[in-house]
Amino acid sequence: MSMPAYYTTKDKIWHYAFRVICYSIFFFLLAPILIMIPLSFNAQPFFTFTREMLTLNPEGFSLRWYEDFLSSASWRRSIQNSFIIGAAATVISTSLGTLAALGLSRSEMPYKGLIMGLLISPMIVPLIISAAGMFFFFSSINIAGTYLGVILAHAALGVPFVVITVTATLVGFDHSLTRAAANLGASPTRTFFKITMPLILPGVISGALFAFITSFDEIVVVLFVAGVEQRTIPREMWSGIREDISPTILAVATILVLISIALLTVVELLRRRGERLRGLSPQ
Amino acid sequence: MAMADATQDDVQVGNTTDKRGRLVTSDGTPLRRALERSMRRRKLTAFMLVAPLLAFILIFFAFPIAQMMWRSVDNPQVVDALPRTLDALEDWDGTGMPGEPVFAALHADMMDDLDRPRREQKIGPLGIRLNYELSAARGAISRTARQVPNFEAPFADAFADAHRLWGQPELWRVIKREGRPLTPAYYIAALDREYDEAGSIVKRPENRQIYVNLFGRTLALSVAITFMTFLLGFPIAYYLSILPMRYANLLMIAVLLPFWTSLLVRTSAWIVLLQQQGVLNTLFVNIGLVSDDNRLDLIYNQTGTIIAMTHILLPFMVLPLYSVMRTIPPSYMRAAKSLGATPSTAFRRVYFPQTLPGIGAGGVLVFIISIGYYITPALVGGQSGRMISNEIARHIQQSLNWGLAAALGSMLLVGVLLLYWLFNRLVGTDSLKFG
Amino acid sequence: MSSKLKMVALSSVVSAMALGAAADDPVSLTIVSWGGAYTASQVRAYHEPWMEQNPHVTIVNDDGSANALASLRAQAQAGNVTWDLVDMLPSDAQLACDEGIIMPIDHDEVLAAAPDGTPPTEDFLPGSLGECFIPQILYSTVLTYRPDAFPEDAQPTSIADLFDTENFPGRRALQDRPGTNLEWALYADGVDPEEIYDVLSTPEGVDRAFAKLDTIKDDIIFWTEGAQAPQLLADGEVAFATGYNGRMFDAIEVEGMEADIIWDGQVVEWDGWVVPADGDNIDAVMDYLYFATDTQRLADQAQFISYGPARASSSELVGQHADLGIDMAPHMPSAPENYFAPIVLDNDFWVDYGDELRERFANWMLQ
Repeated sequence: MSMPAYYTTKDKIWHYAFRVICYSIFFFLLAPILIMIPLSFNAQPFFTFTREMLTLNPEGFSLRWYEDFLSSASWRRSIQNSFIIGAAATVISTSLGTLAALGLSRSEMPYKGLIMGLLISPMIVPLIISAAGMFFFFSSINIAGTYLGVILAHAALGVPFVVITVTATLVGFDHSLTRAAANLGASPTRTFFKITMPLILPGVISGALFAFITSFDEIVVVLFVAGVEQRTIPREMWSGIREDISPTILAVATILVLISIALLTVVELLRRRGERLRGLSPQ
Repeated sequence: MAMADATQDDVQVGNTTDKRGRLVTSDGTPLRRALERSMRRRKLTAFMLVAPLLAFILIFFAFPIAQMMWRSVDNPQVVDALPRTLDALEDWDGTGMPGEPVFAALHADMMDDLDRPRREQKIGPLGIRLNYELSAARGAISRTARQVPNFEAPFADAFADAHRLWGQPELWRVIKREGRPLTPAYYIAALDREYDEAGSIVKRPENRQIYVNLFGRTLALSVAITFMTFLLGFPIAYYLSILPMRYANLLMIAVLLPFWTSLLVRTSAWIVLLQQQGVLNTLFVNIGLVSDDNRLDLIYNQTGTIIAMTHILLPFMVLPLYSVMRTIPPSYMRAAKSLGATPSTAFRRVYFPQTLPGIGAGGVLVFIISIGYYITPALVGGQSGRMISNEIARHIQQSLNWGLAAALGSMLLVGVLLLYWLFNRLVGTDSLKFG
Repeated sequence: MSSKLKMVALSSVVSAMALGAAADDPVSLTIVSWGGAYTASQVRAYHEPWMEQNPHVTIVNDDGSANALASLRAQAQAGNVTWDLVDMLPSDAQLACDEGIIMPIDHDEVLAAAPDGTPPTEDFLPGSLGECFIPQILYSTVLTYRPDAFPEDAQPTSIADLFDTENFPGRRALQDRPGTNLEWALYADGVDPEEIYDVLSTPEGVDRAFAKLDTIKDDIIFWTEGAQAPQLLADGEVAFATGYNGRMFDAIEVEGMEADIIWDGQVVEWDGWVVPADGDNIDAVMDYLYFATDTQRLADQAQFISYGPARASSSELVGQHADLGIDMAPHMPSAPENYFAPIVLDNDFWVDYGDELRERFANWMLQ
């Protein structure tokens, strides 16, 4: 936005002040996340920049916290657990959620509002309540402290994201395409895989990514439902923060930030592709 | 997986009519009924697509929560442990001491319990349950239970000798009152109330009231956090909405990266920044803003909770605001200004009202999430920054008063669902989008 | 001498029999404890030597003791007990015992006698045994301070000094629960250690304790996790901190923190084992318990952490710290020079009044 010529001095001051305010807020959003990255290379066990770091002396930096992270058996196991649980939960919530979204996007779906509300509820109900309920119930059917229990719990928490994302994709879906396929003699299954699926795929993938990140980042349910064998990365971080914060946490955090940047990029690309495919985006 | 529009397959519409002049299909079925049948089939197909997920959510999500809420009223302990005693207490009016038959029944109930296998014994849980209503009741029951085999009639004296509480009407009133399979007692406790001697519900002594205050503080913190996200979110959402798409998408990363970053990472970031030996305090000391022995308390209190949660929830405010602001044509503001409104009037009277749906959506979303927050207050809240979720977790994991935890949880849940319903009425779930 | 020999022979027969029952079947025991340095001391003193003797057993350590009651109750209600042995406090053990979710223990039957033949019920320190509870250690909550926070000639020496903000200014870190704090408030207010719980059983006594706490309220920081207390002292955030003596020992002797312990009014409590009812590996668990709670093993644990063994016969065997090589005996809460004014935590009292006092304490913290 360039400044219009008729701006008075007051307007100009406001114009710049407003931008300064906005960029400070962007700074507030990003700085805490980014500041951990250099600190994770600190050679000292402190959370502040040492004199060596500020003068860019190589001796002030080290990879010792990354070594700490990678050489610890419990951290390694937690990485493995996070990916196993995240992947399995994503498969469940994405497959069931996509099917349900297909049903929900049909105009003849009965009790749509009620069912939609119920399927969205894992996102609305405070996590502590979901976690407590699952803790009691899963204990009573013998799946507390098992992989199955954590996976089912995380699948339930991921469902709303898949349902919302895929339903949103289907809003722009042209139903005459499937009718055309049917008229041309394609079976319903063939229609689904050849016509529907490719068109909603970007929505399904971003839904799956949301479901995955939900599981990957989840901690409250893990605190209640998981046993010592199922500890995930956030669970190890929780112990680390409560007991004693060492810069190892920052090394883990840095790696997780890089993962989120990768995921963010994928989702953004998918969103643009989806909009282009459905002709929604003016660009 | 019938994706094709069912009308095409099921109903062949011809121009034929039946004897009574109704439209029929080519096979002779009345058109009305054929259409109805086809509609039913399409409804069923749609429902079958949703059914697996619906069943999954009902079994592994809705049922466990309902089961947990049930614990807030479930009260089997007294009824199970003391059937005869409760029978004998039928006639007791709650004043003075109950008679010898009641003590004899209590003795019989306790003797019965000794014969049960250990895991099925009822007296232990009874003591734990009654101690929630009356301090020292657990000791009275468990210590007496060990001695009952040696008791001889008259039992009233034997019990009173074993523990002083048996000689006081108070314990008996509690037993009689809680000898009911369902109880409101956990809700009464969750509202900082208790029963008085006459059996009516009164406020607890002031020095034992905690939960109402805690709910109040949770609400106040959530309001403060929602307001802070609005204060910070509105300008940047506006700025993003007036930028050309290319720049807006680039700057949007600043909003989306935190959104996609692990909650624990963001919380640790604030610990790193805010603690006394942390980045901010060290910076302040180095530039001479505060002295070294006077570092600021920015964390492990309400300040820490508000700062960290504002940061964590800000994207939930910015995203809905931004999507609403994008749709407001800039010509409105220009029109208002050309009609003589000052920029601030034009903003207040023309622009701001149109952003209200976005503010509503973002505000309710942030408020709902923050009211049930657990992790961040637990890690950076200290004592004054604790919220109701932390108390619920404590009662489940440490004090083991699951009934009270369920009552507090149910109250929180009902509050959140009411807000969600309001949110739906205001903006509809369709406006929820991510990324 | 001959009786000692007989005991040795007998105990090896007992363990041989226990072993014979399942000599080759691989067994995995899940043992739940507090994590950190404490679990480490158990691993070195108990688990490792025992697994050496029993190669078919593997031990899985779970640091779930802080929330053990909730998990135990949920497991028991589900009829699916996955834990074999749990380390917990006696008050929690009593609650679990009342609920019937852990096993009653006949101590003389299942535990080893002292080397001189004294039966366990006489060898374990008085008052430490519980219906379902086998004590391992005696620990205490002590007051610790930074010497550099006060002039050299006016260092604090007693619990009363904690409540004297005029002569001993500075912030104090206390645990966020009523236990210990209420006892100390009364002790500092002049109540004899022996009578503290009698006074605290009356409403006036409770008011008196809270009134005393009110006098230092503005200077208090609360801590929750055991690791926070030494951390607050080390960072210089507080002048005084209450904390577990083992953690304070670690911070001072191992990490080199500048701080001193005040043993006056130390609040003494036990910690020990309970066995969940209906576990699958009862034989192996009992064999482990027989081994891990004998006189030598309890004394061995003190080489790794400064908690006192719960057996009288162990105390003379307490040697030097395994890594530092310093004598451990003077650092034990039970050492005579430290045990001059102890307050023994009364679990019966906290069983009866805990619910109510926790509410009142929570309310007081919020004010």
